[in-house]
Amino acid sequence: MSMIKVISTNRAIAEAVKMCKPEVVPVFPITPQTTISEYLAQFVADGDLRAEYIMVESEHSSISAAVGASGAGVRTFTATSSQGLALMHEILFVAAGMRTPIVMGNANRALSAPLSIWNDQQDSISERDTGWMQFFAENAQEAMDFVIQAYKISEDHEVLLPSMVCVDGFILTHTVEPVDIPSQEDVDKFLPPYEPISYLDPKDPMSLGTFTDPDYYMEARHDMEVAMEGAKDIIRRVNKEFEEVFGRKYDLVEKYKTEDAEIILIAMGSICGTIKTVIDRLREKGEKVGLLKLISYRPFPQEDIYEAVKRARRIAVLDKNISFGIGGVLFNEIKAKMDVDASGFILGLGGREVSPDDIIGIVEKTRNPTTETNQINWIGLKEEE
Amino acid sequence: MDIPEKEFLAPGHRACAGCGATIGVRLALKMLGENTVAVSATGCLEIITTPYPETSWKIPWIHVAFENAGAVASGVERALKAQGKDDVTVVAFVGDGGTADIGLQSLSGAMERGHNLIYICYDNEAYMNTGVQRSGATPYGASTTTSPHGKESFGENKPKKNIPMIMAAHGVPYVATASISYPEDFMKKVQKAKEIEGPAYIHLHQPCTTGWGYDPSKTIELGRLAVETGSWLLYEIEEGEFKITYRPLERKPVNVYLEAQKRFKHLADEEKEKIQNYVDQVCAELKI
Repeated sequence: MSMIKVISTNRAIAEAVKMCKPEVVPVFPITPQTTISEYLAQFVADGDLRAEYIMVESEHSSISAAVGASGAGVRTFTATSSQGLALMHEILFVAAGMRTPIVMGNANRALSAPLSIWNDQQDSISERDTGWMQFFAENAQEAMDFVIQAYKISEDHEVLLPSMVCVDGFILTHTVEPVDIPSQEDVDKFLPPYEPISYLDPKDPMSLGTFTDPDYYMEARHDMEVAMEGAKDIIRRVNKEFEEVFGRKYDLVEKYKTEDAEIILIAMGSICGTIKTVIDRLREKGEKVGLLKLISYRPFPQEDIYEAVKRARRIAVLDKNISFGIGGVLFNEIKAKMDVDASGFILGLGGREVSPDDIIGIVEKTRNPTTETNQINWIGLKEEE
Repeated sequence: MDIPEKEFLAPGHRACAGCGATIGVRLALKMLGENTVAVSATGCLEIITTPYPETSWKIPWIHVAFENAGAVASGVERALKAQGKDDVTVVAFVGDGGTADIGLQSLSGAMERGHNLIYICYDNEAYMNTGVQRSGATPYGASTTTSPHGKESFGENKPKKNIPMIMAAHGVPYVATASISYPEDFMKKVQKAKEIEGPAYIHLHQPCTTGWGYDPSKTIELGRLAVETGSWLLYEIEEGEFKITYRPLERKPVNVYLEAQKRFKHLADEEKEKIQNYVDQVCAELKI
């Protein structure tokens, strides 16, 4: 029997991890991920999670130990945020290249400088090319459900790529919500024990992480691209299997009132909650506005996005990140992958609040673009005095 | 001493003729046996032994990056423990750059946490894989490509970082120094490290024909000269107990060691004297 409890998103992630039974958990605390590492430590201390908990001395070491443990054939979990994720950067490539199906929680937080502990999504967006899958949760329930599904997706032998479950720092990590916590029995039914293909075994010695010359490197990278593309179908299948056991339906994207929408907003993470509320209000006034929530940022479901937005008159892409000199990363990816009339909006950097009125302003700017607003728009920026 | 005949590092790897590192690994693996998992940092050893699709490793082996062998070995050790494979030995082979410099934090964390693993630093006293740049383990006076001698330089101007003592300060149960030129001494230490519960650190001195500048046939001879002149000391620290494991009958002048290598050829008498004085001082303290 599942049970509804009012818990924070970090707690939801920790509860999900506990039920997925990783055997090695190397973590290093960082705001606002910290409580994930604390909950997991307590689970281990109480004997509720039978895992080797390694209190490493840095995030570089937490991901390195996770690669070592995964290489030795066990399910692993780690979690981080912002500076910690950036410190892991080098090893994120290795983890994906060595095809270790690590699952990691990332509390999305701004990158220094100036130092900020508050939310934006620059950290994980900046790791988009590492070969990790990235799933963005809107709320605590999704964070929990995505962790459970991430193991099944990553560990699929057709995929074997690591996953990041991304949750907006503080906005989600420290906010309590009612969460339907599944039973261990159901999680066991859904998620089979991890079966590694190649691992460190003295009975069948293998060399992992070898050196390649130009004769082999490209094929290894191509294999990763094939796996990442193929992961879309695996994700759809796993979503379906998840629905069968737990009754909650997911997809690579979530379409919210997009069917007849003239204006569609594209966004990721907790902001989607605010957007849905605004859409409901605007719809009451007869305005045809919709939301395309991107759940799977990598793999990038361009077909699903295009299918959902192609009939709209105009699109607004909301980015909690910036690639200096070119604008929001998601905006540019959408523009590169499909022929749509879109405006880009940079917002919420370093925890800058995004209000329902800001969303209404975005809808207005998108509906009536000027030469200026058709480019990159900064939302909530203080006027220069 | 009975030296096991079975080999776990296959020939045909890409090491230079006269490579000291591979001699060390070969000897260590003989003692550790087949029920062992090896971790390597990026460096000479990793490059020469695993050109895909070939490998010299007859035991399971993993490489992740340059600076994280301590953390990777920690993860491997805990994963084996979680699977009840407590009988498998975990050994890390890491160069002096990956140990004394870029990997020191990761190594320190692994030692502090008390993982049951053996960490062997193969010390050739510079970044040899990238072409002889100085490391924290480069000795005073050595000319490297980044500490070259010149009109205003006599080469490396700082003494070698004392990593074994830094490891001993972690309070780990076993720390030892060794040389590939004293195989029995080294192999006994590997055996001890294997038997001890908890982290063991062995700092293995190994001449490098390419980086030090000597004929490839002289590798073992150079390693001996280092020890016979007191330039490298063989000791172990077992549960905090310091013990010299080899004392030269008569300590040779440091000059015979320095003059056998191109990296010290430029040294003026004044600098050589400084090195001799330093060695004399250390050896006097230890009664060598």
